[in-house]
Amino acid sequence: MHSIESIKRAARGALSKIGNHPDNLTMVLQEVQRNLGHVPPEALKEIAASMNVPLSRAYSVARFYKSLSLSPRGKCSIRVCTGTACHVRGAGILLENLRNLLDIKSEGASKDSKFHLEEVGCVGACAMAPVVVVDGKVHGPVGPADLKNLLGIKSKRKK
Amino acid sequence: MTESPLKKFEKLAKEAESTLKRGKRFACVCTGTGCLGRGADEILSKFEEKLGKGRVSKISKGGCRGFCAQGPLVVIEPDGILYCHVSPDDVDEITDKSIERGEIIERLTYKDPSSGVHIPLLKDIPFFSGQSKLALRHVGTMDPESLDCALAAGVYRALATVLERNDPDWVIEEIKASGLRGRGGGGFSAGKKWEACKNAAGDEKFFVCNGDEGDPGAFMDRSIMEGDPHSVLEGMAIGAFAIGASRGFIYVREEYPLATARLEKAIKDAKERGLLGENILGSGFSFNVSISKGAGAFVCGESSALMKALMGFPGEPRAKYIRTVVRGYNDKPTVLNNVETLVNVPAIIERGAKWFRSMGTKGSPGTKVFSLVGKVKNTGLVEVPMGMTLRDIVEKIGGGVSGKGEIKAVQTGGPSGGCLPADKLDIPVDFDTLTKEGSMMGSGGLVVMDDRTCMVDVARYFTSFLANESCGKCVPCREGVRQMHLILERICAGKGEKEDIQKLERLCDTVARASLCGLGKSAPNPLLSVLKYFRDELTAHIEERRCPAGVCRALVTYRIEESECTGCTMCARVCPANAITGTAGSPHKINQDLCTKCGACYEVCPTCAVKVE
Repeated sequence: MHSIESIKRAARGALSKIGNHPDNLTMVLQEVQRNLGHVPPEALKEIAASMNVPLSRAYSVARFYKSLSLSPRGKCSIRVCTGTACHVRGAGILLENLRNLLDIKSEGASKDSKFHLEEVGCVGACAMAPVVVVDGKVHGPVGPADLKNLLGIKSKRKK
Repeated sequence: MTESPLKKFEKLAKEAESTLKRGKRFACVCTGTGCLGRGADEILSKFEEKLGKGRVSKISKGGCRGFCAQGPLVVIEPDGILYCHVSPDDVDEITDKSIERGEIIERLTYKDPSSGVHIPLLKDIPFFSGQSKLALRHVGTMDPESLDCALAAGVYRALATVLERNDPDWVIEEIKASGLRGRGGGGFSAGKKWEACKNAAGDEKFFVCNGDEGDPGAFMDRSIMEGDPHSVLEGMAIGAFAIGASRGFIYVREEYPLATARLEKAIKDAKERGLLGENILGSGFSFNVSISKGAGAFVCGESSALMKALMGFPGEPRAKYIRTVVRGYNDKPTVLNNVETLVNVPAIIERGAKWFRSMGTKGSPGTKVFSLVGKVKNTGLVEVPMGMTLRDIVEKIGGGVSGKGEIKAVQTGGPSGGCLPADKLDIPVDFDTLTKEGSMMGSGGLVVMDDRTCMVDVARYFTSFLANESCGKCVPCREGVRQMHLILERICAGKGEKEDIQKLERLCDTVARASLCGLGKSAPNPLLSVLKYFRDELTAHIEERRCPAGVCRALVTYRIEESECTGCTMCARVCPANAITGTAGSPHKINQDLCTKCGACYEVCPTCAVKVE
């Protein structure tokens, strides 16, 4: 876990990098998300105060946008594209298999916090459908039989 | 006397050409997201290793060519030889034979699947020969990270022309005369939008580019932003000059990191050479652009929601009694144009409205980029004149259906559009015809569906997508779409009731009429088109508890026909649930308790012995 001091440091870092005009609120929160893996409450407070906007506004932005998360995420991010092209080529099956493999109910972090599973609406790589994005790298077309391999390589490398 | 903007541009373009110093032949490696996903970066670094980094005379990065199904792609320019499925091991041979000696390596060229003939030249391949590239004119052929490449290709000449004439009304009249309609989905006249904003009261105006391409199944804007960022900036600058804006934003989706990075570099480079920023090309006109990154919300593609998002608020739309051209960003007049619309602008300025009108149909002039995806052979991006028939796009350019099936439907317009059945394939594709037939142009996604696609499941999918993306501000959309989804979910699970169809129709009517913004108003469209064209599938689910396409898993079982099984073990090897047993050479069996009905066995079986019932 991050200490309060390091969270505040991350918040201030994001503010000085992006600028503390209230227009930038979403982008500053994204920067914190990128550095800490989520947006902790202390960061919200720090940023809201610095921008001179109500904390409720920072909270509502953090809740509204899908890429921002208030709770910690699993280490390795697995995003299953569920755009139309991926859907008709079997994204639903991939998602279900991944849920079984990682023992995750719908979306979120696995129990050991190693993986973070989420659905994403179209990454724009429709020609490669169905697509799974593992830590930012786009893989496709992925079949149910490829999943173990995809995660297996990942978990070995993470050690 | 200082130099005129056009002279300044010509000087910059000449300088750029001499810095480039292209060799006699060079390899252009596609670096679109699709090819990168298949290892284009390794090919590029292998080339750099062999030829030396930064050897622009022999290697170049290129944007997406659209032929993603055949990636990674390498094109030998200027001959235009296309190599498909290139691996890093081929780099030596390509360098020695093709770049140095101009020889064609036949095994890497495109092989026509029906005739088996190799077609070496890009322009002769049916996928490309049926297209007319206008919005994608530079995408793929030039290095998107190099301003020199852009200048040498003539990007920014139209901006210089506009600044030279120094007449905003002429620009607006020209765009109006061209009949350019918004490519993001609405199809509103771009020229009229600019005129309304120019005439709106207020001293400060803004110009915004909508790069929040949220429609699942569409990726032309991504491809343009990644492949030709300078033309996007040029289109914005021309528009900003016309309406009198000095500040602009590009709102890019969070899911498109590469597009963001390339646009950032393009803005920086253009500023350094005086093509953006203060006093552009010495004309006195200033225009500053910044990028605003989205954070994952489909509704932000809606204009009033996008304005909110730009201002650092949750992207919730408002009722649009007053349009965003009058009250947009910071409550000031703001133009919002889609990426594809904007890259058409410089071409119209350079070649004239009349030329633009010579393409496409009367009501929808020009071309349209479609992302051809789903169950089709040549998946990728294609650009065709408006008015081409769906059949020509899917069969001639797309190469027809992939796999064993037959085409059942084509879905256009994303979650706001609809599914058109196979017997509508001969309609011309333009804004008005698609709307008339119960679908819409949308941003141009064309998803091909075959007899293994369940239309009820498709409707369920779109309502689930929209229920998730509804911002929740108005009740009809938040609750209505959710109810539609729950009913469809029940039908797919084999628990449909007779009254469901009637309930769905009533919900569709209410949601369409009472919702606040376009998301809700158009949310029933996919379901309505299924009710209109594929009602029999819906009743089969409800009354016979049967899924004719074999997709809805509660309603199907997979079984191996013993007499047809050769015991090749393919199915057992791909089964993720280890539900298939049997020894090599003898018929296999599916254990129904373990089977997750994923269909992997069905797809791989070489003798079609796996049956879906």
